[in-house]
Amino acid sequence: METIKLDLKHYKELLKSYIETQDEKSLYGAEQISKSFIKNNILPEEIVNLHIQSIIELYPDLNKEIRHAMNFLLETMISYGLAHQEYQTLREKQLELKSEISIAANMQETLLATTIPNVEDLDIGVISVPAHQMNGDYHHLVKSNDGLIGIAVADVIGKGIPAALCMSMIKYSMESFPDQSMKPKAILESLNRVVERNVEAGMFITMFYALYNPTDSKLQYASAGHEPGFYYYAEQDTYNEIDAKGLVLGVSPDTNYNQYELQLHQGDMVILLTDGVTECRNNGKFIEREEVIEVIKKYAHLPAQETVNQVYKHFERLQNFQLKDDFTLIILRKNV
Amino acid sequence: MTTQSCVMIQKEWDIVAARQLGREIAKKIGVGTVDQARIATAVSEIARNIYLYAGKGKVCFDVIETIDQKGILITAEDSGPGIDDLSMAMEDGFSTSGGLGAGLPGVKRLMDEFDIKSEVGQGTQIKVIKWVR
Repeated sequence: METIKLDLKHYKELLKSYIETQDEKSLYGAEQISKSFIKNNILPEEIVNLHIQSIIELYPDLNKEIRHAMNFLLETMISYGLAHQEYQTLREKQLELKSEISIAANMQETLLATTIPNVEDLDIGVISVPAHQMNGDYHHLVKSNDGLIGIAVADVIGKGIPAALCMSMIKYSMESFPDQSMKPKAILESLNRVVERNVEAGMFITMFYALYNPTDSKLQYASAGHEPGFYYYAEQDTYNEIDAKGLVLGVSPDTNYNQYELQLHQGDMVILLTDGVTECRNNGKFIEREEVIEVIKKYAHLPAQETVNQVYKHFERLQNFQLKDDFTLIILRKNV
Repeated sequence: MTTQSCVMIQKEWDIVAARQLGREIAKKIGVGTVDQARIATAVSEIARNIYLYAGKGKVCFDVIETIDQKGILITAEDSGPGIDDLSMAMEDGFSTSGGLGAGLPGVKRLMDEFDIKSEVGQGTQIKVIKWVR
C-alpha cells in the first residue's frame, strides 16, 4: 500500500512533466516506475486506476467522456490482471518442479554412476550427456572377479523422466545377476524378461552388451535392437559397422539373442553409441552415419577419453548447443 | 443486514443484470472503482458458469457487516450437473488455457473470501465476499 501511495505521487509528477514538456527524461522515469510496478506485483487495473486518479487531480475539469473512456479501459484490464497473477503462480510452480527434477537428476547420477575400470591393454573413453536434465541413456562398465570387462550401452525409446526411471531398474537388475552369467547373450535374455514383466507396453529399451577378455583379446557381444556401433580395424585402416541382430528388450518374454565375437588387435577400436549420436541434426537434416565416422577419425589420434570429448563437442556445436536426444559414446582402443 | 437481492440466471442477458446489480451494491457501500470492476468480473464469471453449465440458477447479493468491516456477500446457486473434481477446477491453467475466462481460481483471486460446495447431479453453491477497503 505504501509503495502505491509513493508511486501515485511520483507517477502524477512524471505524467505532469511529460504532458508539459514531452521530454525523454519523464519517459525514462515512466520506465523505472513500470519496473517498480512489476517488482511490487501491481496489477494493470491498478495502474490504469492510478493514471485516472493522477489525471483527474491534474485536470479537475477533465471532460466526462474522457473519464468514462478511462473507466472503460480499467474494466478491460481486469482479466489481464488475473492472467498475470496466474502466470506468476505457474512460474513459481515451474521453479519448484525444476528444482525437484534437478534433485532427481543428481540422484540418478549417483544411482547410475559407473567407474571406468583399469584395463592394461585397453584405452577407454566414455561420455554420456542428457538432452534434458535426466538421462535416458545408460552405460555401465564393470570388471568381474575373473578380470573380464563387461560393457553395457542402453537407450530407452523416449527421453526425460520416464526413460530415466526405467534405466535405474535396468542397472539394478544387471547387478543382481550372478557373475558367471555375464555372457552377453545370457544378460540380454535375462534383462529382456525383466523389462517385459516390469515395463509398460510401448516402452522399449535397446541395449548392446559386450564382454572383453584381456587374456585372449576377444570381445563377445550381443545386441537387443541397439544402434550399431563401429569397429576400426587398424591394420587395414577401415571402419565397419558392428553387425549384431536382435529384438529390442521387452517385446516378448522368450526372445533369444545371438552372440558374436571379435578378435581385437593392436590399434583396433570398438565404438559404441546411442542414437543420440547418429541422429544429431544439422539444420533439421539427420546426419549420415558416415559423418560420425569422419568426426571420430579426425580425433582418433587422441587418447580415447579425449576423442569422445572432442566428438561430443563437435556435435554439440553442430546442434547449436541444444541436444535433441541423450548422447552416449564409448570408445575402446586396444593399445598393445 | 439489508434484504437480499437476487438475479435469476437463465439467458445470457441475465449475466449483465447480475453484474450491474453487483456493481451498484458495491458502489453504494463504498467499494472503490478497481474493486467494483473486480466484483463485476467475478459476478460475471460465476453467472456465466451457471448459464453455460447449469442452464439456470441464481446469484444473490447481501451487504454484510462485522464489528470492523463492511462487505458484499455474493451467493450463487444452481441445480446443474455439479463439479466432480473441485481440486482440478480450482487449479490454475485448467479453464483459462483456452481463453475461456478467469475460471474459479480467477474468481477466488478477484474476491477476498471464497467458498464452494458441489455435488455431482445436485448442483453447485458458491459464496464469495469482498470487503470494503
